[in-house]
Amino acid sequence: MKGNEAIAEAAIQAGCRYFFGYPITPQNQIPEYMSRRMPEVGGTFLQAESEVSAINMVYGAAGAGARVMTSSSSPGISLKQEGISYIACAELPCVIVNIVRSGPGLGGILPSQGDYFQSVKGGGHGDYRLIVYAPSSVQEAADCVMEAFEASDYYRVPALVMGDGMIGQMMEPVEFKQPKKREQPEKTWAAKGYDGTRDRAVINSLYIEADVMSAVNARMQKVYREIEKNETQYEEYMMDDADICIVAYGTTSRIVRNAITKARKELGIKAGLIRPITIWPFPSQPIADATKKAKAFLAVEMSTGQMVEDVRLAVNGACPVSFLGTTGGIIPNPNQIIEKLKEIKEGM
Amino acid sequence: MAVVFKKSSVMTDVPFHYCPGCTHGIAHRLVAECIEEMGLQDKAVGVAPVGCAVFAYKYFDIDMYEAAHGRAPAVATGAKRVHPDNLVFTYQGDGDLASIGAAEIVHAAARGEKITAVFLNNAIYGMTGGQMAPTTLVGQKTTTSPFGRDASHCGYPVRVSEMLSTLDGAAYIERVSLHDVPNINKAKKAIRKAFEAQMAGKGFSLVEILSTCPTNWGLSPVESIKWLKENMIPYYPLGVFKEAK
Repeated sequence: MKGNEAIAEAAIQAGCRYFFGYPITPQNQIPEYMSRRMPEVGGTFLQAESEVSAINMVYGAAGAGARVMTSSSSPGISLKQEGISYIACAELPCVIVNIVRSGPGLGGILPSQGDYFQSVKGGGHGDYRLIVYAPSSVQEAADCVMEAFEASDYYRVPALVMGDGMIGQMMEPVEFKQPKKREQPEKTWAAKGYDGTRDRAVINSLYIEADVMSAVNARMQKVYREIEKNETQYEEYMMDDADICIVAYGTTSRIVRNAITKARKELGIKAGLIRPITIWPFPSQPIADATKKAKAFLAVEMSTGQMVEDVRLAVNGACPVSFLGTTGGIIPNPNQIIEKLKEIKEGM
Repeated sequence: MAVVFKKSSVMTDVPFHYCPGCTHGIAHRLVAECIEEMGLQDKAVGVAPVGCAVFAYKYFDIDMYEAAHGRAPAVATGAKRVHPDNLVFTYQGDGDLASIGAAEIVHAAARGEKITAVFLNNAIYGMTGGQMAPTTLVGQKTTTSPFGRDASHCGYPVRVSEMLSTLDGAAYIERVSLHDVPNINKAKKAIRKAFEAQMAGKGFSLVEILSTCPTNWGLSPVESIKWLKENMIPYYPLGVFKEAK
């Protein structure tokens, strides 16, 4: 199945019954799939007049208590940021998919990881976080989407699934597996019509009194600390005896795996991989723990160096951290990574 | 003693923050009375804008949203699509609806979205302190058109009701005014008709309500009513612009 279609089907299987979107390459198969699949399950697909409207329709549907999703690609996700900030502050659950393309500006339609900062450091205005998944395969993209709905409902924090043109467009086998069901709190806060049996629902992000706004911030931060504790996901590959620890996620991590196998076999360079599956919360502790054995770190990204900042924070000066990046939609090849590993090895 | 007037049960007891002489209070009352008289308190969901009515969610005793600036029709779309039996309305000013939210209102109308927009047109940005709005009349002085709106520089005021009534998805569109009691009574009937069009599933409905802003017009409430009558109504004629059968 194509990545984008697997993402859409996973949402359906996770109980998503509302989808609002706007066309942009390379994510068009998601709204296209939704437009034919939603009617089959009694759901609603609606093509909005803009990404701005789509995310505000999500605000409306999430506030009404529905499982709802929107998808877009980088420039479109920029347009959604206002709405995402409002959704975060109104403490509404929803899932947003970003099939990242190269930028800045209108950029290109080829794969990129240049939206890391936007995804994990805010994107919109104000102090908020999203739960951000960065799958590295079509199977994992489907798993992450289903997990994202569960986690988002549970914490009332919007979740973002960040793929790229490669994840969205490639075909791989996929099996739809229901994630671990959580005991979901009832959505007593949803605006469904006020019948007097509960408090009036007000879906809102306006808090004009300083002490009230501050209390909302404190409540949100408390939830974020819980998420950091419970939801951080990562995978380690050949880290047991690794001298050089590579940190890479998504599409890039697949190439890094190849490079590690080759570098070990052909050059005897003991490299390993820590692959964040969630990029917020970021697996800072496993990276910090790895500094006890590894002598050097390397971050590989399809960007000019974004995640590497979080790697440096986690390493906290314990060892040198190098960076290898590509831009413009150019995917790094294993030989580039091996050359970089050789360079690091020589300097060790 | 016979009760001749009482506050609608669809209004909360929270005191309005509106300026003296502003007609928002009347418009709120009319909306609340229509919901009450239609027996729809448990089905009504309102969407407040950004602008003077940003706190509208405090005043209506129903489930409410507060939307981002201009986005109320999109939010209402999401709310209505999830609960199609509800009465979903937006309450928006002219800056919110006709400027930053122009795309949202046009496409909600074009889709025939079964929501109602209660649109307060007072020809100025109120909450931010009296700047020029898309509805500001030519020659009208505001804090960002201190010499009067110059059409050769910043164009002409937008007639929203006329524009939206050209769209097939619009089922009921009327412009009313709050400058005297007969017109206030007409405004209430218009809101009722718009709500009924929505509940009958006919499509999108909008009531444009000409309103005063004494504070930012720099006039007394009585002078404001006169100014509305003499200046706004000639440019924004009252009447029904669209009524689907």
